[in-house]
This record gives sequence, structure tokens and C-alpha cells, in this order.
Amino acid sequence: MSIKKTSLNNLHIKYGAKLVEFAGYQMPIQYKDGIIQEHKYTRTHSGIFDVSHMGQLFISGGDDLTNDLEKIFPADLKKLKINQSKYSFLMNNKGGIQDDLIITKTSDGFLIILNAACKYNDYEVIKSKLDNQYKLNLDESLSLIALQGPEAKNVLNKVIPGCNSLKFMNGNNYVYNNKKIYITRSGYTGEDGFEISIKHSDAETFVESLIENGSKLTGLGARDTLRMEAGLCLYGNDLDNDTSPIEANLKWAIPKSRIETEFVGSEVLKNQFQSGVKKLRVGIKPDSKVIARGNTKIYNDKNQEIGKVTSGTFGPSVEHPIAMGYVDNSYSTVNTKIFLEVRGKKIPANICNLPFYKKNYVKGEINV
Amino acid sequence: MSEVKYSKEHEWIKLDGEEATIGITKHATEMLGDIVFAELPEKGSNVDKDGTAGVVESTKAASDVYTPVSGEVIDTNQMIVDDPSKINEDPEESAWFFKLKIKDKSEMDSLMNKEEYEKFAKETSA
Repeated sequence: MSIKKTSLNNLHIKYGAKLVEFAGYQMPIQYKDGIIQEHKYTRTHSGIFDVSHMGQLFISGGDDLTNDLEKIFPADLKKLKINQSKYSFLMNNKGGIQDDLIITKTSDGFLIILNAACKYNDYEVIKSKLDNQYKLNLDESLSLIALQGPEAKNVLNKVIPGCNSLKFMNGNNYVYNNKKIYITRSGYTGEDGFEISIKHSDAETFVESLIENGSKLTGLGARDTLRMEAGLCLYGNDLDNDTSPIEANLKWAIPKSRIETEFVGSEVLKNQFQSGVKKLRVGIKPDSKVIARGNTKIYNDKNQEIGKVTSGTFGPSVEHPIAMGYVDNSYSTVNTKIFLEVRGKKIPANICNLPFYKKNYVKGEINV
Repeated sequence: MSEVKYSKEHEWIKLDGEEATIGITKHATEMLGDIVFAELPEKGSNVDKDGTAGVVESTKAASDVYTPVSGEVIDTNQMIVDDPSKINEDPEESAWFFKLKIKDKSEMDSLMNKEEYEKFAKETSA
């Protein structure tokens, strides 16, 4: 299979991107400024991310759609207002996570944003569970651009007037170049920001206009360090088919109203809600400057293996190594001393609260 | 006059009598990106040609640093441990990694000169 390119590929090259293959797409890992500068610019100003590799699945048709989707996803879709978004999961029967996703209610159905590496499988799974009763469109004619950072609202409002009145986890239709675009106030960096769904043919000029207004292109490298500082999970690293939302410490994303109801994996989740879980995702802060990457083994003070790291890096804004991973539940309390095996040495570390970097979502306008 | 040579692992080595100063090349730092961690060999330890003698990490990944020649570690550069970003800023001068009292000068013979290294770096990164 040949590597796919997004509509912004020429722009990435123009701005000096170092390109890598990610989930079948040629994507920018960083531009000329490098990961740390791009990370810091997003935290202090605003960064533009090409996330067009992610799936945009539109589902419509039929009065029972909301009911039928609630049999798949553990979200409270009946309570969702038009243009409101929720973070949720596609699970298997064992309660393991097949993908983490964002569901937005649209005027004629739902829009689900899927991870790039999972999107085709998700499409097949969802389609078969819906018994082919509805119209499903994994729309590959649309680009997806994220604009993140404290200045994102000012930059975007110059290009799309009025969009800064959007509330967090809400979306709406706007017009760009006489065409409809869809914008949600969301993101995955721990900053205020937006995700813009736009026709491929308009994506390049749209991004150029964001750059003209002071924003900078930011690669997947900084996206990874930003999400880790914000304590957010990356599917494939921190979440997988053998890990449930409860184990992943994402219990907050399962509304109480859904716990007693049926959905894929509900039996396992209900059981875990009642009896607890064996392993739990935690934040980890090494005592020293040593970085513990994914798959680093975690030990207790008796040299017994108690878990493993799933993501780890140096946090450019917290200026310290950070990691997250899964430990035996009895070691999940904050300030528990643990040891990370890096290059044969046991590095002391502590269980700590997530996020590492305090969230900076729109203040006073939060409507989660 | 001191002689500078280069290894295929992208280290540079400057020989002054029996004392060699070793670091990583500018080309290596460009491939690695922002360096956020450096680990150096212990002073007084012995290192063998082509063996691991340190680690550098970028935000993305860890990479071993090898020694192009054998010898005893007589000094290490604490500056780059305290502030690893110095390696990106000045890799071939102030951000050296360690100094060796070298064992066998002839180990220098198989290394590349500047011209050869530049050609090698260009070919391998293409």
C-alpha cells in the first residue's frame, strides 16, 4: 500500500517539515524550529496541527439512531444537544478499548472523530453493529486542522469571525471561501483550541491565513509532548484492546446514567465499577533527569515488577521528564515510591497526579 | 597540531598528544533534534573502541554514544549534563562529551577525515 499524503503535504514541505510515516500517512514530525520551540509556542501563542489523517465518520438516517448508538458507546447521547461533543470509546465485549473518540451531535445525526490507525476497522465494527440500517460516511474529502493555544481564539476569529463565542466541547457551521466548514472548540494539548473540518481544496489557503495571523505549524512530535504534559492518552500506547476505560483512569467519561444500561462491554465495566480493577493508569515523575519511555518496567522497593510505562518523554513546559503507565492498583496512590528500569539501572520515581501541566481551557465558558 | 577525525556513528575526535576529546557531530544533532538528556561515562573508567560510552535523548528517542577509540576516561563535560540543549547549540566545540587518555593511536587510522565524513553523512542521510 502506498503512503497517503494529506492536502497540506506541499505546505509541510514549504515550511521545512521533517516527514515521517504515521498510520499510513506521510506526516510532519517537526518543522524548522524543532519540537521544543513548537511545543512552547503552542503553550504561549498558538500552534496549527494537520490532523487530517484522523477519521471523520458521519452517521445519519433513522429515528432510532441515538438509541442504537447508545448500544455501542457508553456516552449519554440522548442528553447531547445539537453541536455538543463528548469523549467516548469503542469497546470490545471484554471492555477493552478499540478506539477512543469524540462524538458530536449534528443536525441530522452524529459526527465521530476517530484515530487514524483505527478508523477503517472502527468503520467496519460500527457498521456491522448497526446492521447496515443507517448511512455511514467515513468522509475522505475533508481535511482536519487543529488550532491550539491561548491565542487560538484570536487568530481564528480573524479568519472566521464569530467562532470565538463557541463553548468548550461545542461546535457549529461557519463559512470559509463561500463553503461550509465545521468548527468545534476542542483539542488534545491541554490548551484552549479548535478543530476545523474543511474541504481539501480550501485547507492550504486556510492554514496560510492562520500563519499570516501569527500562528505556526506544529508537528506530531510536539503534539505528543503536549498531550503527555496534559495527561492525555495516545491510543496504541496508553490505551489498547486489553485495557478498559476504568483501568485507564477515564471513569469520568462514563456517565453515571449509563452504568446500569447495556452497551458493548457494559458487563465488564459494571463489574469493574463495583469490584475495582487490578491495574490503573497513573502519572509518573522520575526523581532525576532520566527519561523512561514506553515499555519501561516498573518495580516496587522489594524489586518486584508491578507494571510498565506506556508513554514517557521530557516535558518542555514542566522542564522535567514525565511518564504515564499502568501499575498494580495497590501502588497507584500519589507519592508512592517506585523504580523504573532504564538501561539496566533502577531509577527512583514517584506516582503523581495527572495532568503534569495544568489545563488552560476557556475560562468562564466551560460547559463540559 | 591537533587532528580531528570522524566515526560512522557520527562522533568527532580531536587528538592532542595522548589526550582525545570526543563529542557528536553537528550532523548528528540535526538528525536527533532537540536534545533533552545526556549521560556520560564515569571518570576513571575504561572504554573500548566502538563500545557504548554515553547516551543522548531527544524528546522522541534515546541514542547511544560510542567511543571511536579505546582509552581511560580522564574528564567529562558536566555542562552538557546540566544543560543538554548546549549540545544542539555548539556540538563540535564547547559541548564535547568526554576526554580519553588513548590506548592505541593506530585506532585513529580507520576513522574518516572531515571531507570523507561530510560525504558519508550526506550519502547516509539521503
